[in-house]
Amino acid sequence: MKTTYREAMRAALRDAMQRDERVFLMGEDVGRYGGSFAVSLGLLEEFGPERIRDTPLSESGFVGAGIGAALGGMRPVVEIMTVNFSLLALDQIINNAATLLHMSGGQFNVPIVIRMTTGAGRQLGAQHSHSLEGWYAHIPGLRILAPATLADARGMLWTALQDPDPVLIFEHGSLYNVAGELDEDAGAVGIDKAALLRQADGSADTVTLITYGGTLPLVLEAADQLAGEGIGTDVVDLRTLRPLDTHTLLDSVARTHRAVVVDEGWRSGSISAEIAARISEQAFFDLDAPVERVCSEEVPVPYAKHLEQAALPSVERVMAAARRAVGAGG
Amino acid sequence: MTTLRNQGVPDAGHAMHLLRQMLRVRRLEEKCIELYSAAKIRGFLHVYIGEEAVAAGVMETLAPEDAVVATYREHGHALLRGVSAGAILAEMYGHAEGCCRGRGGSMHLFDAATRFYGGNAIVAGGLPLAVGLALADRMAGRQQVTVCFFGEGAVAEGEFHESMNLAALWQLPVLFCCENNLYAMGTALGRSESQTDIALKAAAYEIPAWAVDGMDVLAVEEAARRAVDAVRSGGGPHFLELRTYRFRAHSMFDPELYREKSEVAQWMERDPISLLQGAMQAAGQLPDDEWADLQADVDAEISTAVGFAENGTPEPVSELARFVYSDRADDGSDGGTAGSGEGSRKGGAAG
Ligand SMILES: Cc1ncc(C[n+]2csc(CCOP(=O)(O)OP(=O)(O)O)c2C)c(N)n1
Repeated sequence: MKTTYREAMRAALRDAMQRDERVFLMGEDVGRYGGSFAVSLGLLEEFGPERIRDTPLSESGFVGAGIGAALGGMRPVVEIMTVNFSLLALDQIINNAATLLHMSGGQFNVPIVIRMTTGAGRQLGAQHSHSLEGWYAHIPGLRILAPATLADARGMLWTALQDPDPVLIFEHGSLYNVAGELDEDAGAVGIDKAALLRQADGSADTVTLITYGGTLPLVLEAADQLAGEGIGTDVVDLRTLRPLDTHTLLDSVARTHRAVVVDEGWRSGSISAEIAARISEQAFFDLDAPVERVCSEEVPVPYAKHLEQAALPSVERVMAAARRAVGAGG
Repeated sequence: MTTLRNQGVPDAGHAMHLLRQMLRVRRLEEKCIELYSAAKIRGFLHVYIGEEAVAAGVMETLAPEDAVVATYREHGHALLRGVSAGAILAEMYGHAEGCCRGRGGSMHLFDAATRFYGGNAIVAGGLPLAVGLALADRMAGRQQVTVCFFGEGAVAEGEFHESMNLAALWQLPVLFCCENNLYAMGTALGRSESQTDIALKAAAYEIPAWAVDGMDVLAVEEAARRAVDAVRSGGGPHFLELRTYRFRAHSMFDPELYREKSEVAQWMERDPISLLQGAMQAAGQLPDDEWADLQADVDAEISTAVGFAENGTPEPVSELARFVYSDRADDGSDGGTAGSGEGSRKGGAAG
C-alpha cells in the first residue's frame, strides 16, 4: 500500500481512537484546522469535538490537563505544534509527568502520549526549527520516541498508548511528506529496540552510522554512496532515545569497529554525546578509530536557505565523517 | 452566611467534629516542628498553622470519589482527606511506611486510596492537573469533583490563567480554592498583583467566585458546600478565595523579615481553632471535660503516629531505582546500559 508518513500517523490515531474510547487527541488546531501539519485532518468529523479537542494557546495548561486526564484514567494524546513551543510546557512535562510516579512511591502512573514536531530544513527560522528531543531524553521517567520510518509512524503510537508511563513522540517536520510502501495490515510495533536497517557485508572497511528521526533518510543516502566507494555501513535507527537500546549499537560497533553518530541536535551536551560516551565506556577496545559526530552547527538555526543547509547535517558531512573513521581521508 | 460571630454554632456535634479536625492538623504540625528541630525530619517544611479552617471546611464537603490536588503546604489537606498521620510522618522520616515510600517527603504527599494528588512544590503546577482530572471525569460521565488548593502566590503565574480559562471554556467540574494568606514567602499580595481582589480575577473568566472568611470554619464549609454542590450538579468550575493567614514563618528557614510581629499577633486573635472553641463555649456546647477529652484524643493520635513513624524502616537503597518507570513483566528494553544509571526499568521489574 502506498502511503505517506503523515497518513500513517493519521491511521495510527484513527486506529487508537477506534480501539480504546479513553483515547482522545488534544492540542492547538487539531480539530477544525485539521492539525497544523494536517496529521489529524478529517478526524474531527469522524470522532467529534469531545475527542478531537481544540485547545487555546496555552501549552502548559493543556499539557498539564492531559497529565491530569491521564491520572484520571483517560489515555490522552496531546499534540504540541513544535518542540520549540513545548518549552512553555516544560514544567508540566518534567516536574509533573516525569516525576509523579516516583514521588508518589509508585501510586500514580501518567499514561500520557505527547506528540510534537521537531527539526529544521524548511526555512522557518530559529523558533520553529530546533531539535530538542535530546534534552527530553535527559529526563528519567520519560520515554522518548523518534519514528523515522512509515512503519514506525504507523506503529509506535498504539504501543506508546499501552505504556503506563509518559511517552513523548518526536515527528520530524521534513518526514510528513515522505511516501512509500507500507503493508496493508501494518500495525503496532515494539518501541524497545533500535533497528539495524542495513548491515555491512564486511568485505571492506566498515563503519556504523547511528541516527534517528529526520536524519535517517540522508544517512541511508550516504550509506548508498559510501558503498560505491567501497565503504561498508551498518545503519542503526535508534527509534527510541530513552531508554537507549545500547545493545544494538554495541553489537554493530563490535563488527564494524567504527562509529559515526548523526544527530540534528547541537553537539554540546547532546544525545550524540551520550552515545559517543557509551561507546567509549562500553566498546573502547572494539574501536579502530575515534567516534565521529555529525551534528548541527552551534547556532540558532538561520532562515536563509544556504545558511540553514550549512548548519544542518548533510549527506556530504556524513560521508566525510565515515571516510575519516575508516582512514580514507575526509 | 453563617458566621461564628453573628449566629453562634448551629449543630454542636458537627462543630465538635470540625474542632477536632482543625486540632488534628494543628497538633500534627506542632509535632512536625518539634521533630524538625530535633533533626528527625528534614527538607523544606511548610506548616499550615493558622489556616486549618480552610482544609477542615472544604474537605468536609467532599465525597470519597472526589479528587484533591494541593501544594507543598499540604500536611493538613492530606490528613483531613484521610491519609493517616502515621503515613504522613513516616514519609517525612523517609521510611518505607510513608505514604510515598520516602520519595516525596513533606512537600510531596500522595495517596491513591483517597485520590489525593499531592503535594506539588511548583507554585501553580497543580492547577492544570486539576483541570485534567476534571476533564477525565467529564469525559467519562462521572459526577465527581476535583478540588484544587493553591496559595495566592500562584495567581501571578501563567498556569493559573491558563487553567482558569480552560476550566471555564470547557465547563469542567473543578473547585479552585485559593488560600489567600497574604504572603508568598515574603512578598505581600499588594506587591505582586496589580489587582488584589482575587475572586474578581476568577470572575473575569466567567467563573462564579466569592471570597470567604478563611478563619471561620463554618463559613468556609458553607461556601464550599454551596460551590461543590454547584460543581457536582454540572455548574462548571467554581472559585473560592479563602482569606486566611499563616501564623508561622513560610518555612523553617524563614527569618520573617517582611512583616511586623504586631500584624501576626492581630491575626492570631482570630485563630480559627480558638474562634470555634470560644463560640462553642459561649453557647454552652463545649463543657470543659469534653474539650479536655478532645485534646487528649488528638494528642494520643499524634503520639501513636510518631511512634509508628519512628519505628518504621528506611526505604532500602536497593529500591532506589523503582518507580522511575512502571514495573512491568517484560523487561524488553534498555539493553546494555549497565553502569549507565539507566537500569531503572530492570530495577523496577526486579523489585
Ligand atoms: C514556580 C515556583 N516558583 C518559585 C517557587 C519558590 N516558592 C516556594 S513557595 C513560594 C511562595 C508561594 O506563595 P503562595 O502561593 O501564596 O503559597 P503559600 O506559601 O502562602 O501557602 C515560592 C515563591 C516555587 N516553589 N515554584
